[in-house]
Amino acid sequence: MEEAIRLTYEISPDDFTRAGEASSDVKKKLKQMGVGPEAVRKVAIAMYEGEINMVIHAKGGEIRVDITPEKILMVLDDTGPGIPNVEQAMQAGFSTAPDEVRSLGFGAGMGLPNMKKYTDSMEIDTRIGVGTKITMVVNI
Amino acid sequence: MDKFYHSVRLDPNLCKGCINCIKRCPTEAIRVRNKKALINSKFCIDCGECIRVCPHHAKYAIYDKPEEMRQYEYTVALPPPSLYSQFNNLDDVNIVLNALLLMGFDDVFEVSAAAELVSESTRAYLAEHKDQLPIISTACPSVVRLIRVRFPNLIPHMLPLNPPIEIAAMLAAGKAMKKTGLPREKIGIFFISPCPSKVTYVKAPLGNETSQVNGVLAIKDLYPQLLSRMNAVGTDYPDIATSGKIGISWGRSGGESSGLLSENYLAADGIENVIRVLEDLEDQKFTNLEFIELNACNGGCVGGVLTVENPYIAETKLKRLRRYMPVARTHMSHDAEEVIPWTTGVQYEPVFRLGNNMMESFSRLNQVERLCKKLPGLDCGSCGAPTCKALAEDIVRGDAKETDCVYYLRENLHNLSEEVSTLAEDLAEGDKGGKETLQILKEYIQRISDQMSHLDRHEEEEDSK
Repeated sequence: MEEAIRLTYEISPDDFTRAGEASSDVKKKLKQMGVGPEAVRKVAIAMYEGEINMVIHAKGGEIRVDITPEKILMVLDDTGPGIPNVEQAMQAGFSTAPDEVRSLGFGAGMGLPNMKKYTDSMEIDTRIGVGTKITMVVNI
Repeated sequence: MDKFYHSVRLDPNLCKGCINCIKRCPTEAIRVRNKKALINSKFCIDCGECIRVCPHHAKYAIYDKPEEMRQYEYTVALPPPSLYSQFNNLDDVNIVLNALLLMGFDDVFEVSAAAELVSESTRAYLAEHKDQLPIISTACPSVVRLIRVRFPNLIPHMLPLNPPIEIAAMLAAGKAMKKTGLPREKIGIFFISPCPSKVTYVKAPLGNETSQVNGVLAIKDLYPQLLSRMNAVGTDYPDIATSGKIGISWGRSGGESSGLLSENYLAADGIENVIRVLEDLEDQKFTNLEFIELNACNGGCVGGVLTVENPYIAETKLKRLRRYMPVARTHMSHDAEEVIPWTTGVQYEPVFRLGNNMMESFSRLNQVERLCKKLPGLDCGSCGAPTCKALAEDIVRGDAKETDCVYYLRENLHNLSEEVSTLAEDLAEGDKGGKETLQILKEYIQRISDQMSHLDRHEEEEDSK
């Protein structure tokens, strides 16, 4: 069994213009690997939402992606403020994004719900003032 | 039908093997091999960017010659709106249409008239398929081909309606048969094209088994003849134009969308911008959009590589031309309704897959990642691939070698010569058995010489360019 393909992306804080680069790169690789369109779509959406969240709320961070022929594991790691109420944050439409972010068309409160919706499993490990680690899996 | 038919070709006699085209190809379809460019027919989408950038005019488009009209008893010209945008001070499309008749065509059928039917049908389609929004335009054949090989998730969003060129051809053929009583094969339908992409559409359409267009002429080819005939049209000519503002607007980016009478659309032009929009669409970045209009050429069809006028000037001329026109002049009829929907679907072609199955592709992707770390990352193009990553992909597919990279070769040489010098020092100090070290030294020198011959081969290639 060959080892997983490990991809690492630094997400820079407050730079909306670069958000989406990581998901774009992963998408291209999954297509080259012949992963079915549906799984590619799920990864692309979940990862893009995660990237945007890290830019808006967490002052950037790191995304690690492990690709194997069975699944795609995404770990989004940040040292941001943490999520005070995960249950509330998981509700569609709930958002704490500041107005200037909303004026860009982001912060609709669909980030976490979409990440959950488009992945086969999602775990949130968050500590106030320390950071948030989100682990998502999409099965191939 | 050849699934990967192409109208964009290479003349090897003119090709110097430079890297202009490999760098500009949006699908990384071109490589330089043995001093000549080579187009990968599976990756190419016939957008014509390479024709635009080749300084040696080695890239060209194939299309038909006006002489082919003689094969038919009755001919109909299909002028697209982009044709009207090519002339100075034109204030009435009737002058162009009548000039086409003077050139020898028996009739004309405006593609812009058919476009108005497509606009009408698209409005109805959008209203009936809310679950499929946003709908992506399928009028530009290069965009359809791009989606087919790169964006499988977006195939269900494609507008399953024939492009105006096809509807014009079908209606024109029907009209000609009715009028003349001639069988279909004696009637020649000729499209006057702004781009190679439409030539490809006619020879190998997607969405239909075959096209009703019999020949495709190039705007730039017909332009001089047409100009002189336009002068001969004079001031007293019949009004045979059948399209309005909506139809004429299709010639430029945003035109197709404006015919939808809705604001929830996006119109992107230029192939790089089109790719960006498709990537974003795939990530569901846009919400509340109903329609996505995409044109491979800058400015839309007026920017086609077979046109003569600067696309932005052409756009201005088009705006002026449509100023006093009615909104639309062609409306849906029973005949037209039948020819509008696609008759076949479009299938995903996973041409960028690295291997034949998932395991092989996975293993190759792993190799690509490792190779990318070794290669210099300069994307210089000297190896014949557009980027180091593309070279890595070629290597794992078995189409290239690591030593195709001149930097990799140089690095190897450098390492070898350092080892030789260490060995030589050892020898001088007499640390090791002299004979044994000498033997190793000899082997190293042989390896250096082998690597040099690789480099020489590269330089010879450079020299002969």
